[in-house]
Amino acid sequence: MGLSWMAWTWETATFFGVIALLLAGMTLWEIKQPGGAPRHGVLGLDTTRGDRLFISLLGSAFIHLGWLALAAGPLWWALGLSLVYSVLVFRYV
Amino acid sequence: MEKTLNNKAWFMVLPVLFIVALNAIVPLMTVVNYSVQDTFGNNVFFFEGTRWFTEVLHSGRFHASLQRQFLFTFTILVIEIPLGVAIALTMPRRGFWASVCLVLMALPLLIPWNVVGAMWNIYALPDIGLLGYGLNWLGFNYDYTQQPTAAWFTVILMDVWHWTSLVVLLAYAGLRSIDDNYYRAAQIDGASRWAVFRHIQLPKMKHVLTIAILLRFMDSFMIYTEPFVLTGGGPGNATTVLSIDLVKAALGEFNLGVAAAMSIIYFLMTLLVCWLFYTIIMQGEKE
Repeated sequence: MGLSWMAWTWETATFFGVIALLLAGMTLWEIKQPGGAPRHGVLGLDTTRGDRLFISLLGSAFIHLGWLALAAGPLWWALGLSLVYSVLVFRYV
Repeated sequence: MEKTLNNKAWFMVLPVLFIVALNAIVPLMTVVNYSVQDTFGNNVFFFEGTRWFTEVLHSGRFHASLQRQFLFTFTILVIEIPLGVAIALTMPRRGFWASVCLVLMALPLLIPWNVVGAMWNIYALPDIGLLGYGLNWLGFNYDYTQQPTAAWFTVILMDVWHWTSLVVLLAYAGLRSIDDNYYRAAQIDGASRWAVFRHIQLPKMKHVLTIAILLRFMDSFMIYTEPFVLTGGGPGNATTVLSIDLVKAALGEFNLGVAAAMSIIYFLMTLLVCWLFYTIIMQGEKE
């Protein structure tokens, strides 16, 4: 059985590859520099590093959808916004 | 807060991860792949980028079914949660009748979705169904196959009939866990029935009610079989909720790209709500 039924494209493969790399990177980060214990952030939530990655990814998905729904410029702007958002989440949430 | 030092137990989760990968993650990846492409069958695909997402996000049809979905979920929550709590409060606390009530309450939950849909389909028919015929006999002009309001009324009544029991059982479990001493103390203080509910029963039911709202929200947000069997999304598009619209796009019109984009937007909304409720429950447990 091949994988042709999954209809892979380079773009989506890159997308999933980046997520896999993020997960691997987070694991390495935790091994090298343990510090993933929950902390109390600005939202009043106790979050671990993994929680913050999840919040970043989910939020980024909605930023991209919002961009497609409301804005007209290239999607790279949404990516930029998502990166800024993720940095803020990792720093303060 | 302490950090878990030994994480080896996570290896025990590997078999589950493998199964979930096969039945959820791989299909989801395929949906993502479909969402950026177009196909005319024969496994030939054309890259379309974000076209389907833009199309779905700007489509009046998607907005309409999303609104219907939220309206449906909101309505059943507003009815089922207070009704469930009210029924749980009137149930006997122990003894023979407590068991009888519990069994009666559990009965609707045991009936499969498609059977519930078929039951109500016949029950509500204006010419032969007990409910439909009865309402018309009483002078109401009721025909759920023709009138959108009647169709909504029937779908909501069906859901309330099928699922209020779940809220009842959860609320009842919450009520049972309250120690008798609280009630005695309230009695000594001469607290009113309302004060007992407001300051003892409701706070003690907070956790189970959060879980009840989460379960009912998710279930009603993804509801498909019951309204599909009952009304088929009609009359017209009156009861076409998100999942019915999605199946129409994917299997009726074979618009795989549009349907995949819709699925992902739908999935992200579900994921957001799940995360919100999960966070609320987890934070509540810590308090």
